[in-house]
Amino acid sequence: MAHLAPLSRRFFIRAGLSAAGGLAIGVMLPGRADALPIEATPWLSPDDAKAAEVNAWILIDPDDSVTIRVAQSEMGEGIFTALPMIVAEELECDWTKVRAEYAEAHRNLVDGHPYQRMGTGGSGAVRRSREFLQQAGASARARLIAAAAQQWGVSATDCAARDGKVIHTATKRVLGYGSLAAAAARITLDKEPAIKTPDQFRLIGRPQARLDTARKVNGQAEFGIDMRLDGMVYAAVTTCPVFGGTVKQVDDSKVKGRRGIQQIVPLPGGVAVVADSFWRAKQAVADLAIVWDEGAGAGTNSDQFRKEYRDALDGPAANAKRSGDVNAAMAQSAKKIDALYEAPHVAHAAMEPLNATVHIQGDRLDVWMGTQDPDGALQRAAKAAGMKPEQVHIHNCFLGGGFGRRAINDELEQAVIVAKAVGKPVKLLWTREEDMQHDRYRPQAAIRFKAGLGADGLPVAWDMRTAVGSISRSLGRDPVVSGVEPSAVEGLANVPYAVANLNVDCILKNTHVPVMFWRSVGSSQNAFALESFVDEMAVAAGKDPYHFRRDLLAGKPDFLKVLDTLAEKGDWSKKQPPGKGRGIAIHESFGTIVGEIVEVAVSPKGEVKVERVVAVVDCGHVVNPRTVEMQIESAVIYGLTAALYGEITIKDGRVQEANFDAYEMVRFADAPVIQTHLALSGGNKWGGIGEPGTPPIAPALCNAIFAATGKRIRSLPIRNTDLSGRA
Amino acid sequence: MIEISVNGQVHRLDVEDDMPLLWVLRDELGMTGTKYGCGIGQCGACTVHVDGDAQRSCSLPVSAAVGTKIVTIEGLSPDSGHAVQKAWIAEDVPQCGYCQSGQIMAAAAFLAANPKPTDADIDANLSNICRCGTYPRMRKAIHRAAALIVR
Repeated sequence: MAHLAPLSRRFFIRAGLSAAGGLAIGVMLPGRADALPIEATPWLSPDDAKAAEVNAWILIDPDDSVTIRVAQSEMGEGIFTALPMIVAEELECDWTKVRAEYAEAHRNLVDGHPYQRMGTGGSGAVRRSREFLQQAGASARARLIAAAAQQWGVSATDCAARDGKVIHTATKRVLGYGSLAAAAARITLDKEPAIKTPDQFRLIGRPQARLDTARKVNGQAEFGIDMRLDGMVYAAVTTCPVFGGTVKQVDDSKVKGRRGIQQIVPLPGGVAVVADSFWRAKQAVADLAIVWDEGAGAGTNSDQFRKEYRDALDGPAANAKRSGDVNAAMAQSAKKIDALYEAPHVAHAAMEPLNATVHIQGDRLDVWMGTQDPDGALQRAAKAAGMKPEQVHIHNCFLGGGFGRRAINDELEQAVIVAKAVGKPVKLLWTREEDMQHDRYRPQAAIRFKAGLGADGLPVAWDMRTAVGSISRSLGRDPVVSGVEPSAVEGLANVPYAVANLNVDCILKNTHVPVMFWRSVGSSQNAFALESFVDEMAVAAGKDPYHFRRDLLAGKPDFLKVLDTLAEKGDWSKKQPPGKGRGIAIHESFGTIVGEIVEVAVSPKGEVKVERVVAVVDCGHVVNPRTVEMQIESAVIYGLTAALYGEITIKDGRVQEANFDAYEMVRFADAPVIQTHLALSGGNKWGGIGEPGTPPIAPALCNAIFAATGKRIRSLPIRNTDLSGRA
Repeated sequence: MIEISVNGQVHRLDVEDDMPLLWVLRDELGMTGTKYGCGIGQCGACTVHVDGDAQRSCSLPVSAAVGTKIVTIEGLSPDSGHAVQKAWIAEDVPQCGYCQSGQIMAAAAFLAANPKPTDADIDANLSNICRCGTYPRMRKAIHRAAALIVR
């Protein structure tokens, strides 16, 4: 049975233990002429000091079990299984003896970046690392074969590797990987082996059970929130409810001397209370009397912002894409239509509230948390502590959801400040309220389309304009001087539909509300607007929405294959009874095309019941079909929650919604049947899978509601529109 | 001192009467399988069994659990052998996994009271939140567990 290396044991293993096994040899990286230098103090297997590290990714125990390191973050998307599958495909080990463990950001920093970029986002884990993970596996396999050949005094070309063993073909002699690993690590190859092509895959592409399931059904999986250290104290925080505000004055008289309360620590824009239990800290934080300086965001509200985004559409814009002459073609078109769509801020609301555990001991700082960016967390902790990056160790844990939020670790900076102030190990945990009211949200957007249709009903001119928050500006990463942020126009500037005259304009506009990547980023709101408007054009042209899209996608075989498979699997041609409707949408994001058909029932009272979602996916190739299916289900439900209910509203500068009572979620009763089908185009395409299932769900649902009721939803969430009164 | 029984073991604790059971389990007893999600009984990540009933431990003062038999995910079975856990493994339900202890505890108590549930029974009785959207797989796993129990 494949299993995971227990995270807890590795927590206190330090780098640089004496070498009982082999030497570490780096893997060939794209762009490097040679293998990385030999590492003198290898990182050893955490739970078996006898294991030999064949390279930075692979450890092999004497019993032939294999530990494969994973540099990306397991937040549900299944990379703790998919990425080891890629390595194992080439390693030719016994998959039932494979376990996964996290690679270390510290080693990535000090050892020449053997793990490249460890951040997880942009649905990129497989896409960005597949080739070098295959290379890592192939490189190790070649060394294992060479070690066996050396021992037997035969040529490596007369040996083969399979199921964790090297076989000398002529004499049928066999050696297990466990007995070869230490020698293999010392082998120098003249030339790195070539990696397999997809037609040679035996493991990749076949459904495998997740390696992390066993630990996630019995409470053993360790999330950041579960970390416990000797002498650890707990911190609860509160920060100014108006973003950007600061603390004027804190009156702690109500909590002073209370049981377990140890210290009150000032934070940027807030305060932490440190106690001997989280509950005591949390109770005390709530009882602090704090006077805030609310800053520039004071007194603002969502209605005002909504108007500002709408108004901005009439102001100056930067051009993101232009072809033909939209104005001239528009003037000559047979029919003109236009529509304005709006998307609100939404929260990530991962199930595990943000937290970080920090322990500073002399010149060493250890962090335990779930982060989507271990490299960035390391730098952030070093900066907050005033220490050198080489002194920081990030112990990534399972993430209780990420969805983009855990890419920027605000909570870590706070935990470092508190740990420094109290001189003890600290677990800092945000309450659900803090997590929801101090998220970095999906940007608010207003998107306007104008189209001119020709005599055949197809668009001859299309003008697109979005006013949306800039993520780069909000994060202080980039002022975006061009005025066009790629994520702001993703899905628009690369619209797949054929139209001779196209104009896409971008207006970046930020308020005091912080914004960030939210599962599928710009495609989330842009696909809602675009695919709803395509339906509106089809209606204006008197055409069936599926056939209308088909006409506009002529010459794009991958889109057509998805669309046609979708129409067939989603019963597009079958009639629906009154009160029910079917809607369709298709969108490409992160290298993957996903089409979805939603079947909805709308009651006379206006209650919406999503009954079935059919999804068709072209991500080129699939590593683990099981997790691909799971990710589409996940992306659909995540997008459905936002489409039906998601809205963060601002009043007096602050977020109104604090918890799941006010910020509603899809639960069992709302969850539709979801059927996922693959329509893979193969070739050189390796698309992402964590996000691309989200963009089509909102427009497919809104289009289904239109089919059922004749009501067009142009502003999310859906629940703000009264759908009652159907005859 | 407060005395509570968790997974068959009695613990004597010096804690406030109103400390929620969740924080007693997690911070005082170090049993971290039970999760904090919302603190207001909305999400169900903290679900445990109290005398066999599914309870949201974030909203249950520890004093209210005195004299009861509390079972957490750690005590549901010694070897992940409970029918719900077996079904969860067979259907590969968890994604991030954070809510799953609570989901499994809720499903186990639900099945004990409703051995042959319909989909409508599931919708009406199970309301724990999963942000990864594992509902379709949980639904399959609940039916599978029901079949395992009947057998």
